[in-house]
Amino acid sequence: MITPSAESEFPAMLGKTCPSVHEAIADVHDGAVVMVGGFGEAGSPIELLHTLIDQGAHDLTIISNNCGSGEVGLAALFKAGRVRKVICSFPKTANSTVFPDLYRAGKCELELVPQGTLAERIRAGGAGIPAFYTPAAVGTPLAEGKETRIFDGRPYLMERALRADFALIKGRVADATGNIIYNKTARNFGPIMAMAADVAIVQVQRIVSPGEIDPEAVITPGIFVKRVVEVANPAHESDLVAAGVSYP
Amino acid sequence: MTSAQVIGWTREQMAARVALDIPDGAYVNLGIGIPELVASFVPEGRRIIYHTENGMIGMGPPPTDGQGDPELINAGKRKVTELPGAAYFHHADSFAMIRGGHIDVSVLGALQVARNGDLANWSTGEPGAIPAVGGAMDLCAGVKRVYVITTHCTKAGEPKLVDVCTLPFTGLGVVNRVYTELAVINITPEGFRLVELAPGVSFDDVQQRTGAPLLPKSEHAERITP
Repeated sequence: MITPSAESEFPAMLGKTCPSVHEAIADVHDGAVVMVGGFGEAGSPIELLHTLIDQGAHDLTIISNNCGSGEVGLAALFKAGRVRKVICSFPKTANSTVFPDLYRAGKCELELVPQGTLAERIRAGGAGIPAFYTPAAVGTPLAEGKETRIFDGRPYLMERALRADFALIKGRVADATGNIIYNKTARNFGPIMAMAADVAIVQVQRIVSPGEIDPEAVITPGIFVKRVVEVANPAHESDLVAAGVSYP
Repeated sequence: MTSAQVIGWTREQMAARVALDIPDGAYVNLGIGIPELVASFVPEGRRIIYHTENGMIGMGPPPTDGQGDPELINAGKRKVTELPGAAYFHHADSFAMIRGGHIDVSVLGALQVARNGDLANWSTGEPGAIPAVGGAMDLCAGVKRVYVITTHCTKAGEPKLVDVCTLPFTGLGVVNRVYTELAVINITPEGFRLVELAPGVSFDDVQQRTGAPLLPKSEHAERITP
């Protein structure tokens, strides 16, 4: 017989709203694997990244499509020397030398992954699928060391799923149960990273009461999200870069 | 190599020539650089639906008001607009469209294309270069037709259409057709076959600048009629 308890065994199901970005990322530990949402500046959680720089965690493994631009946001995290390894599809940016300099100096390891393979590895990680086969990169240098298998006469590479300790994501609106909606192409990796991380932390412009987001419109259901935090007026990376900002 | 100047098509004319071969109603992914120009030259009356790998179909041209939304961008990270009927989706869905054969045409740039359709377009292999691959390998693996739009030769004058790629591969046997400033060339089981010459360009001009045998235009029309 189940006895009712005054304290829920599942507090995570209840309030997910964090009062500040500092509290939202306080427990990111040294050596953590951290997924960072965004494609270019669209969806890059700049305020969470800047707070992570202030917080001081180091030896991080970052999983992200790009490595940031200028010297703000993700690029600033690299510049601060906090990243040991990055798993990434496109680490070059026209307006940033931060990652290229670190890479050439041998100070940051790079695992280069085709973009669709990166997305599917993350999705698989969140879906309980340890590995899958893809036709992308067959016969290329990125196939080296990977198991190949033929299905219906065509070769495929086995790729392993990716999971993370934390995911830092930018949404537009959340409710207090963690349901998320996004803004246009800023959605990109957010929904799949939320699935693949033990602790998905989402910064949004506005947190509303449960019921205010139409259930039919929810993109990331709250079950995938541990914390939401309001950043009412998030900075745009391109504005900061144009203004010559270097964080901190 | 010959020293004689051969001009052929401009970049815009190359893009317009690619656009002629994109069928009405096609779902199309345009790569970064010269491929982006193709969108401006879709023949009147033809409806093309553009997919951008970062999570949108129904992508429209850059905003004309100089404003736009920094969170509404294309694969080249430039601001774009949404057309009526547009949809947004996450990255895994976007590459399910690509890898799963739902995109009809991919237009890519190239460093080298081999006579068997092998493509190299992501790494110059130079020491100190930062490797970056993006979505090109997924596009090659899953899109129904892969068109390459590129200058015929490198800046140093070396042919980009070669017998065998010497640069790191993006995909094997994936390219269907190549558009350069000199010609339109099909990849066939026999190798490079001329489809069309740019005005003022001769077969010999193209052969001299191509690193593998060029077969003459087939008796049968090879233009893809939309």
